[in-house]
Formats: sequence, C-alpha cells, structure tokens
Amino acid sequence: MDDFFLKTLLNTFLAGLAVVLVAGPLGSFMVWRRMAYFGDTLSHSAWLGVAIGVIAGININLSILLLCLAAATLMFLFQKQNQLGNDTLLGILAHSALALGMILLASVNNTSIKVEAYLFGDILAVSQSDIALMWLMCVSILLLLIKIWKPLLSLSIHKELAQVEGVNVGLYGFLYLLMLASLIAVSIKVVGVLLITALMIIPAATARCFARSPKQMAMMAAMIGFIALVIGMAASSQWDIPIGPSIVVSAAGLFLSSQLLIKLLR
Amino acid sequence: MKQHNSPNYLIRLDNIGLNISGREILRKVSLDVLPKSVLTIIGPNGAGKSTLLKIVLGLYRATTGKIIRQPNIRIGYVPQKFRIDPLLPLTVEDFIRLGKPERQFSLLDILAETGISHLQHQDIQQLSGGELQRVLLARALLGEPELLVLDEPAQGVDITGQSELYGLLAQLKHSRSCSVLLVSHDLHLVMASSDKVLCLNKHVCCSGHPEDVSRHPEYLQLFGGNALTQYDVNGLAVYTHHHDHCHDSRGNIITVTENKKDGKTKLTCE
Repeated sequence: MDDFFLKTLLNTFLAGLAVVLVAGPLGSFMVWRRMAYFGDTLSHSAWLGVAIGVIAGININLSILLLCLAAATLMFLFQKQNQLGNDTLLGILAHSALALGMILLASVNNTSIKVEAYLFGDILAVSQSDIALMWLMCVSILLLLIKIWKPLLSLSIHKELAQVEGVNVGLYGFLYLLMLASLIAVSIKVVGVLLITALMIIPAATARCFARSPKQMAMMAAMIGFIALVIGMAASSQWDIPIGPSIVVSAAGLFLSSQLLIKLLR
Repeated sequence: MKQHNSPNYLIRLDNIGLNISGREILRKVSLDVLPKSVLTIIGPNGAGKSTLLKIVLGLYRATTGKIIRQPNIRIGYVPQKFRIDPLLPLTVEDFIRLGKPERQFSLLDILAETGISHLQHQDIQQLSGGELQRVLLARALLGEPELLVLDEPAQGVDITGQSELYGLLAQLKHSRSCSVLLVSHDLHLVMASSDKVLCLNKHVCCSGHPEDVSRHPEYLQLFGGNALTQYDVNGLAVYTHHHDHCHDSRGNIITVTENKKDGKTKLTCE
C-alpha cells in the first residue's frame, strides 16, 4: 500500500515536472505577446478532442493532440483576417468547441469518461507510458523553443521590424502556436482543460518581478512552476484536495506573495 | 551614362497603387531612392505615408505597379509608435543584439555613434522618446544598411531632441554613405537636411528640392492657405503650416490655441 502510494506520488511529480518546465518558458512568450486568449481557445478545443476521441473510439491522447493542432492552424489562418477582432474570434471558437464537446459527450452517454478528470485534471491516473510520452513531447518542445528563441523573441517584440530584418514571422508565429497546442494536449491530464492557461501565465507573471532578461524570465518561470507543483502536491496530499487546482492556487499564492514582496522592498 | 550601366537608384517605385478592401490608399506613386541622399515624404494624416514605406520595405504588396530593389540591398528600419510590453524585461543591449549580427562595426561603436553608450544596460522601458529613437537607430545601423527607413522618427521627441536626431541622420549620409528615407507629417526642421522632399496625399502632389516644394501650389493648398515658408538666419528652412490640432506624445489629438504675435501665427499645444 505504502509502496503504491509512493509510486503514484512519483508519477504525479514526474508528469507535473515535465509540464511546468515547458509551461514557464512558453508562458513567458504568451505573456509578452498577450496571447492568453489563444491558450484558452486551444485548451477548450482540447475538450472537443476528448469528445471526438470517445465517439470515434480512438486513443484520446491522440485525438486531443490532433484537435489542438487543428485549432492552432485555424487560429493562425484567422490572424490574417481583419473583419473581426482576434479576441472575438477566439471567444467564438473557444466556447463553441467547449459546448460542442459537451453535447457530443452527452449524446453518447458513455459513463466510463469522467468529465471532471478532463476539465480539472486527474494526474493520479497518469500511467508510466503516459509519462514517457509527456517527457518526450516536452523535451522536444523545449529543444525547439531554444532553437528558435532569437527570431521568436524578435517577432514578439515587433513583428514588422523582425520581418524587415529577415525573420520569417509567419513560420515562427505558426511554430509557436503548434508548440503551445502540443503542450496543452500533453498537460490536460495534469491540470485539465480549464486550468492549463493559468499554469503558463501565472509563473511567467511572477517571474517578471525578478528577471532582468527574457532568458532569465523564462527560466525563473519554469522554476516558479516547479515550486508551485511541489507546494500543490503537498497541499493536495495533506488536505485531500484535487491536485490540478491545488497547483494552480499555489502558483497564484506565489504570484501574490511576490507582488507583496516587491511592494515591501520598494 | 552611369558607370557599369548599373541603375543609379537603390529602390525604384513605378506607378505603385494600393487598395485595401476597396479603399484606395495609394495611386500611381513613382519614386526613386537614390544612393547617399535623404528623401523625406511629407503629407497630411491618412495620406498613405507609412503605407508607402511598408511597400518599400516589402511588408505590404502593392496592388498595381512595380517595385525594383537593388539585389541584396541592406535596409534598416525604424518603425513608428514603438512600444515594448512592460512584462518583457529587456536591456538596451539585449534589444539591439536581437537585430543583425555585428559586421564591421561593433555594438560599442554604434552606441557611441548614436550617443547612447551610457544607456547600454538600461531597461528599454525606462527610456525617453528621444533615447528610444536612438536605440532603434542603433539597432538599424548594426546591420550596416545601405538604406535607412524611418517612420516619423520625431514623434514623442522634444524639440531639442528632434534637431539632434535630424542632425545625426544628415551625418549618416556622409559618414556611412547611407541613404535615408524618412516620413514626417510635421515638417519643422526636416527640410534643412533633406535632399529631396516628396509631398504625398494618396498620390504624389509634388516633389523636388525642399525650397521648390515649399512654393508649389499643391503643397500650399494641401497645408492650407496659412502655410508660410520662412528661412531663418542659419539658412534652415523652417516650416509653419496651419494645423487645427496638435498631437501629444502618444499621438492623441489635443486642442491648440493660436497666438498672433508680430503678425506670425504660432500654435501652442496645451
């Protein structure tokens, strides 16, 4: 029993670690580029992926990933139009996907699917092969991010200046969306559809107070995510509360304390 | 003719037209950007000045007409309304290094040339308007451009800073053999450092040497009957044209009062 408990704890930790290490740096770009709404839309599309996976009877992880990548592509194409505001379009896409997913799931009446597990995460149900896959994905995303760091940063600061300097802004903007979609797809099990954006934004916003350079901010965001993960896990096992929300609330707590600390120091 | 039969322009725009969702933005604009020269585009708000620059830069594609660039021409760009998100921690040095890698000149040379050596480790969000323009200029210069394109570089810069900035630009023409293409809607000290002025209002109203343009009827009409051209004792062309409004440093319209002293109209922004 004890052995089982330890094993679950280790699995939880490993799964969470993979996610927060990538969520911090990717979240920093999300904050710089003011793309929080993109994150929300992608994660809501993941919910539609769950529903389609259940109905089509295919691997749910795969259907989530495919739906997220498809949504990212759609959003990339949407950015080029200027009839509707970006936030309006994303709002339409996000909530339609969420609602459609709900309807589809209700229509098949499948009781084996725990809705809450996908909405708020069910990290305890993560298997060892899941973890291996998560690490593979997360390390790939991180390596790609390091590789395209400079042009991506340049385009995040000023798109047209970057373009004149020869940066292929379309390519790198699209790659960023794909990385975001992949991360969201793998982290659904950890924090769920509704909370994943928080895990990207809150550590990055917290890191801003202490960082002096973009690289520092990205690394600190990963570190702060790690601390939130540890505190969240501890709180979860101490008071028997759901682990995904517990991690997010810990991150929010860290953000608040950092703001207070900064105010006091000044 | 010219040596080696090579064209004597860096960039040629030939009858450029642009329509965006049915609205005509530019009509039949032709211009040559010549080597080692300063070309200033002036015109009222909404005349399509920034759009024209973006066509030159390749950011927009013209609907009609032809654009010819010298192959592999190096262009430096100083954009308008530049603002860096406060959530992005970035020093001046980090920002400049994001541009092209250093070529002949090192970062420190460029910082000295643009007079911002003391700002190297500053946070970019803490700079004044004039300092930020110099930082942008430094980033553009690091790529050793043959053509420098600036969109309203004087915006948000105080008067002293403006004349210093234009002085710096005029210097570049000689020190770097670099051409300058510049947009301005508020023409005060620009004229003195320009080789050619092009007055744009969707089409090219008139172009030529600064003095010629300033006497051109279309120019006078465009800037109102009150347009006055004065030459001060230093030979600088000081332009006063009628405005019914001013802009603050953020580009918001603010009201103005007119003081008529000594028969001259002075506009004071409040």
